[in-house]
Parts: sequence; structure tokens; C-alpha cells
Amino acid sequence: MLADLVLSEEQKSIREAAREFAEREFPKYANECDREEKFPLDLLKKAAELGFVGLHIPEEYGGQGMGILAYCLAVEEFWRVDGGLGMILSTTFGSEMLLMFGSEEQKKKYLPPLARGEKICCACFTEPQAGSDIAGIRTRAEKDGDYYVLNGLKTFITNGSIADYYVVLARTDPNPPKRNQGMSVFIVERGTPGLEARKLTDKLGIRASDTAEVSFKDVMVPRGNIVGVEGDGFRQAMEFFNLTRIHTAFQAVGIAQGAFELAFEYSKSREAFEKRLVDFQAIREKLAVMRTKIEAARLLALQAGVAADRGKPDPGLTAMAKYFAARVAQSVVSEALQIHGGYGFMGEQAVSRMYRDVRVLEIYEGTREVEVELVARALLGGLPSVLGVVRKHPLR
Amino acid sequence: MRVFVLVKHAPSPESTLRVGADGKSVDPVCLTYDINDWDKYAVEEAVRLKEKYGGEVVAVSVGVNCDATLKKCLAMGVDRAVKVPVEAGFDPYQTAEAIVDVLRGERFDIVISGFMSQDTNNALVGVLAAAMLDLPFATAVVELSVEGDEVRAVREIEGGYREEVFLQLPCLVTVQSGINEPRYVSIMGIKAARSKELREHVVKLRGPSVFVERIYVPPTRRAEILKGSMPEVAEKLVELIGSKGVI
Repeated sequence: MLADLVLSEEQKSIREAAREFAEREFPKYANECDREEKFPLDLLKKAAELGFVGLHIPEEYGGQGMGILAYCLAVEEFWRVDGGLGMILSTTFGSEMLLMFGSEEQKKKYLPPLARGEKICCACFTEPQAGSDIAGIRTRAEKDGDYYVLNGLKTFITNGSIADYYVVLARTDPNPPKRNQGMSVFIVERGTPGLEARKLTDKLGIRASDTAEVSFKDVMVPRGNIVGVEGDGFRQAMEFFNLTRIHTAFQAVGIAQGAFELAFEYSKSREAFEKRLVDFQAIREKLAVMRTKIEAARLLALQAGVAADRGKPDPGLTAMAKYFAARVAQSVVSEALQIHGGYGFMGEQAVSRMYRDVRVLEIYEGTREVEVELVARALLGGLPSVLGVVRKHPLR
Repeated sequence: MRVFVLVKHAPSPESTLRVGADGKSVDPVCLTYDINDWDKYAVEEAVRLKEKYGGEVVAVSVGVNCDATLKKCLAMGVDRAVKVPVEAGFDPYQTAEAIVDVLRGERFDIVISGFMSQDTNNALVGVLAAAMLDLPFATAVVELSVEGDEVRAVREIEGGYREEVFLQLPCLVTVQSGINEPRYVSIMGIKAARSKELREHVVKLRGPSVFVERIYVPPTRRAEILKGSMPEVAEKLVELIGSKGVI
């Protein structure tokens, strides 16, 4: 298949190693961590010792330097077994901002412990009144000598209550000429007075992953902790998501693949009307369509990942991959649960958990609606993307 | 201590089996390959011996497409790998000959292989190689240790029994799955494998010793539950046994 032609032998080895690790380790944690909303710290430690956590972080910053696609392949394999546990690979979420825009000093200080899985990072963008509309944030960073004083409230923050490093978008100019200007990114360390995190519970899915509300009350942050350029935070955030959404596309491919496999096995063993489910045309069609959609999603995700590894993420291709893969994952997981019938609905099966886990993929890291808007912008030349090349048809 | 470990790049049990168009082969399109499961335990055992006693572990594999499996061995801690790029197909004798050709040019203390391969289940390559090299051997080993110039091996035998044997070095053992817990392949291991030697050893095979006549899917046996009252069931049963020519 094309994926096998595109991937290097090492990337294939990484995919296989990640598969084996997830297949052998995740079943020990999946039910408990989901039920009790427990972040699997010891699983993170095991994954980090094997080098999965810092896969994409360059070697000079303590990572494995294997590239974005290699990291994404591990994400796919982890999510194939369990989405919530797959989030252990997101403990570096926010490090991409440092990698892309951080100073050498910041990279050397913060990236190695993240790559080793000793520290956890989070990215604080969303606020109660501003999700997709990042320019609507109210968290304020006011200059005070060599410090900035941060005040505001962030919510739905992945890793928020377990993080050591907080990458925070805050408004440095309260009255900018345009609303997406005047924002800056800061890195704030856990324990800084005034920073508090409260774990949010009763999530629908990915319950092994930590989600929190993070508040900043007169948090003093040294000027040297600005990541990138003061005032350029919005653009930096957009570039950050252009990269991290590729990871989400692979999360979607992984969970869809996992749900398909469960449904496939079930439909071969379950009998109705003295026939196996897989012998009914209605079920066969479901399986064929599910598998086809997954392959299409995988190729789009792969395209976005390859583009990122070969230079810079293409925002159009990234949005397309994230939109489509997340859409496919919804339909595939839903059909997988349908095939499981009552057993799927009763909540005791892995597919039931996937049904809850998959929902977030069309919400976080850019909603479905934001993603299609980005694809449209790319088509119309509003984003630097290969999608902007639309030839005029000769029969027009 | 120098340990040689024999590994097979074998079709994974997850593969779909389809008989090839010639009726004598398995359609390769539906096969996915991986290191033979038993050989994973062999590699782990070999690497543990090296970690305990020092020395070197060398992996040997026969097949033109076995690079991925050898790379996996290198990533698990094997020091170097030898690939014999010939296709021995279903022929364990030819495979053993190819391996022996490598081993004759090397010095070794122990050769370890998996108990059998997950595709053909012959459990022959290891013991054939031992016989060709006139080495003492033990099969289905579940415990292994080196004591002086001997190997102590505990074998799994029928009925849940174990047998303890001592073999003079150099020797060959085939290990049963469960002898250890194979380590995970780490990203560091994959990177370390980049700089490890993987050389090809060219051999000329003497020709096959096994000829495949036909490969086929065995007919499905049907089970039937006899229903009705006891006398009815008994009557049906007698009829059935009679129709099968048993009585």
C-alpha cells in the first residue's frame, strides 16, 4: 500500500514497536483509567523509557529526533488501542511552540525533561468565552519592569492539573489595531505563585487524559519567558495548530482502525438468524465502507505529515486531513458500535469507550467547522497552501 | 560468550491464508510478515545471556526479504546480523543447510532458535542444524543457564512434566515461548541498529529436499446436535453411526 511505500524502514519499525507496546500494555490500564479518570503516570514512564514520548523532539534537545511523521505513527498505534491512554503522547503538547518559536535557552531548558517524560507540558489557549475564536481571549499580561503580570482564566486545558510547564497565550496589548494582534505567548512554570489548576471531571471521553481549568492571579512571569515575538502570539498559535492538528488526524485514524478491527472480529463470530453477521449484506457493506474511509483518511493524514516533515506544515493539507479523518472516525466508530448492538450500547466493550472518546476529535484542536473554513481559505488563497492552486477549467 | 540466534521472517498469524493460483503455494499478497514469535523469545534469551556473561550475540536469518526482522533483532540488542539471501520455502533441510554454512565460518558457544516457526510448525530447522554440526541439543527449553562449560536446560515435555538436561558447550537449544518476556523494541534501539553490521552471506543451495504436491484448505468438518426425546436421539444416533460405516 502507498503508506508502506512512503514510510522509511525506520518509520515502519517505529510503528511496529508502538503497536506492540500499546497492544501489550494498554489493556492493563484502559478500563480503570477510563472509569476513574486517572492519568496513567507509570504508563507514561514506560513509554518515555522506550523513547516514544520525545520521538519528534530533536536530539539536541534530548529527544529522539525521528520527525513528525514518526511521532504521528506512534500516536496512531496508541489511539488504535485506546484514545485516553494514547494521550500520554500529548504530554509534550505545547513543546511545539517552543520548538518553533522558542529561544535556544528556552529549548535547552524545557525540552529535554519533556522528551524524557519527566515533565509534562500544557498549552493554555482556550478560555470560557473564547474557544475557536482565539482572538477573543481576555487573559491579560501587563508589563511590570522585567516582569509581566498575568491575570485570567483558561479552561479545557489538556494536562492542566498535572503539567509542570504552561505555555500561555495572553493579551499584552489591550487595545490593538486588530483583535488578533497584541497577543503574546509565555512559558510559566508550575508552582509560580498565583497559578492554580483545577481538574475538570466527568468528561464524556478520553477520561484517562487530564483536563483542567487554569487560573492566573497576579502571576509574575519574567520577560525572558516570552516565547517568540511579543505581540505575535496569534500568528504563532495558528502555526502551532497547523502542526498539532496533524497529530489529531492520526489520533482519528488510529481510533477508527481500532473500532473497525473490533467490529470486524465481532461480525465474524456473532451469529443471527443462523448466519454470521459478516454474511449479511448490510454488515458487509458497513465493513467495506468503514475500511475504505479509514484508508482515505490515513492517506490524507500521511500527506499532511509528510509535508510537515519535508519543510513546513501546509495549513490547507493539515486542516483537510484533520477535518476528514475526524469525520471518518465519527462514522466508523458509530458503525462499529452499531454492529456490536446491545453489547456495544451497554458500555462494557472497548467500542463503547471509543464511541465516547472519538467525539472530542471534531471539537478540540480546531472544530470541524473551523477546519472546513480553513480548507476554504486555503482554496481561496487566504492561507499559504498548495490547495490555493486551482486551475481554470477549459470548458468554463 | 558468543551466542548465535536463528530467526525467521515469517508470515504473521494475523495474515489471511489463500492458496496461490498454482495450487502449490500460499498467495503472498495476503500475508504480513514479522519475526517468528518463538524466535522473539530466542533473541531475548540470547541478549540476556550476553548481558549476564558478556560477549556477542549474532542473529542469522534465511530469506531474501528478512531485513526487517534482522533490524528488529539489532534493535532488541543483538550486536550484528547475517542474512542469507536465498528462499528455502517450505524446506527446513535447505534452511538448516544455509544456516550451517554461516555457522561453519564462525566461533560460537550456544546457538538458540525458537522451538518452531509460526507458519509451518515443523520444529525442524534447529535440530537439523545441530545434527549437521554434530552439536548436542535440547528442544522446547523453558529454562536456560550456563554452568561452567555446560548448559543447564529445562525442557517442557508432555503431561506438564519437565526434564532437566545438561549439554556440553558448544550446543544448540530451541526455546519454548514463555521462557522469558521479550523486551519491547525501543526507539533508542531502532536508532542504535543504524550503525550495526548487517551482512549478507551468499550460499549455493544444493536443491530442495521437500517437494510440495498440493496446498489446500481442508474441508470444514460439521458438528450436529441431535434433538428430540431420548429414544428419538438414540435412533438418530444409531442411524448416523451406521451411515458412516462404523457399525
